Amino acid sequence: MILRDFFDKLKPNFSKGGRFEKLSSTFEAFESFAFTPNTVTGGKVGGGYKGSHIRDAVDLKRTIITVVIALLPALLFGMWNIGHQTATYYGLDWGFWHQWWFGFLRMLPIIVVSYIVGLGIEFLFAEIRHEEVSEGFIGTGLIISMIVPVTVPLWQLALAVAFAVVIGKEVFGGSGYNFLNPALVARAFLFFSYPSHMSGDSVWVATPFHFAGDVVTGATPLGQLMAGQPLQASALDMFIGTIPGSTCETSVIAILLGALLLLATGIASWRIMLSVVLGGGLMGLLFNAIGANEYMQVPFYYHFLMGGFAFGCVFMATDPVTAAQTNCGKWIYGFLIGAFAVLLRVLNPAYPEGMMLAILLMNCFAPLIDHCVVARNIKRRQKRWATAERRTA
Amino acid sequence: MKKLDLIKLPFSKNNPITVQVLGICSCLAVTAQLKPAVVMAISVTVVVALANLIISLMRKSIPPRIRIIVQLVVVSALVILVNQVLTAFVYDVSKQLSVYVGLIITNCIVMGRLEAFAMSNKPLDSLLDGIGNGLGYGVILVILGFVRELFGRGTLWGYPIFEKLGLYNIGYENNGFVIMAPMALILVGIIIWIQRSHNKELQEKS
Repeated sequence: MILRDFFDKLKPNFSKGGRFEKLSSTFEAFESFAFTPNTVTGGKVGGGYKGSHIRDAVDLKRTIITVVIALLPALLFGMWNIGHQTATYYGLDWGFWHQWWFGFLRMLPIIVVSYIVGLGIEFLFAEIRHEEVSEGFIGTGLIISMIVPVTVPLWQLALAVAFAVVIGKEVFGGSGYNFLNPALVARAFLFFSYPSHMSGDSVWVATPFHFAGDVVTGATPLGQLMAGQPLQASALDMFIGTIPGSTCETSVIAILLGALLLLATGIASWRIMLSVVLGGGLMGLLFNAIGANEYMQVPFYYHFLMGGFAFGCVFMATDPVTAAQTNCGKWIYGFLIGAFAVLLRVLNPAYPEGMMLAILLMNCFAPLIDHCVVARNIKRRQKRWATAERRTA
Repeated sequence: MKKLDLIKLPFSKNNPITVQVLGICSCLAVTAQLKPAVVMAISVTVVVALANLIISLMRKSIPPRIRIIVQLVVVSALVILVNQVLTAFVYDVSKQLSVYVGLIITNCIVMGRLEAFAMSNKPLDSLLDGIGNGLGYGVILVILGFVRELFGRGTLWGYPIFEKLGLYNIGYENNGFVIMAPMALILVGIIIWIQRSHNKELQEKS
């Protein structure tokens, strides 16, 4: 193996006392990217395991790679949909591959910027702290690029990624210690910093290259409902995903494919996914029952199909680091995410999409939920033990 | 304690905002622009310094049981004076600051210094302590006001600096998040982070 020899030859330079000692974290990252390391993530530290994701012998790298594979259907579909939306709105006669290629070219810079900025900061912090570079960002970086509008200015994206990695993750100690989902922190930063680029009608459809003419606008289903307009897309359109929206979160069917993989490998919690759907559905039914305005009368299952509900439910609410850890806590956590997401959509006139804020809010409450669940369990067992004691006495 | 330290320490190891974590409320509310931040910094410095001086002069004759009331009367009188001066000379800024001038009365830094320092120290020391703490608070306000106005509005002291530099022509845009209070809190956090990583004494032993 030439590659192995290459790494072995370089290794002394990067270990302690070597010429490039300062870059040892960088070297380690590239080496373990190319080869499966001998050790798995974690190991015993002072009696406990480090990293909240550790449940079995699967290395963090393999976990992240599985997530990336699960994201692929949505990513590939999203690329096609970008081209498809542009072709539809500008009335261009593009074939399937032309549409996909156009979307690929529009997505590529977004993904590249997201990875370069995010990984750059991760490497920097790893070197400063003399730690190994964590793989968490491989997934996060891809997710960030999938939940922004296709027309997002790249410098704004770079700023948001930098903010998310530093303030959302590294200040708390890096991957596994963050209490907020970094991808959503990046999106929230963009949303509050540059609202004109993150919502409205003019950001969802990419303009064709070399195009001189009026920019066409296309509203998302959520945007139409917010403005009190009738929905143009049918439920089937929204299920397949041929609607304007953030780059790769429009297709429920592609997201479900990813969800199947995540559930089959046990990486994402089925309890959270199910309870998010239950929470959103019940809140939607409640609004249907009230039916005070047109938005409330939207069939409850439409909420699963519109906006980022499905994507957030499958890929972000289930993030094992920021979700609740106890089984009972997961039900509460997921249910409230779904309920709050629909509540924000229907009742808050300022935010068309509630999923992002709902997940971030429940991320903050996840530790509290866990605490209450554990405390209640202790209390219940104490009581049971006390009665058993009395009976024997 | 040396006299110089009374002024110097609030800038470093004993900063009211970044170390004692007091006065956060007003520091988030008035720093969206530089001008109100500077006016607020001066106002608080004047109030803390004079209140410290007056209470220190009276400290032996204040009955301990009603000391808080006495302190409040002194502080309120000073705040009303400051408010009158602001409305008279910088009306627009005092409009912007709105209730936050009146709320200096409840600023934890003022009451904190009176209780912790002026009640048990000589008048000159108390005056210096008040000036030091007021300025220590003020310097954080000015930093926040500078950063938030520059990146949130692209102006400094009302002067459209980014427009003159031509940044908008190359696609730059103002950051709406910086204007909001949550970002001010995050910026305070970043200042604390920088200060602690430079000053090992401030770090807790883990």
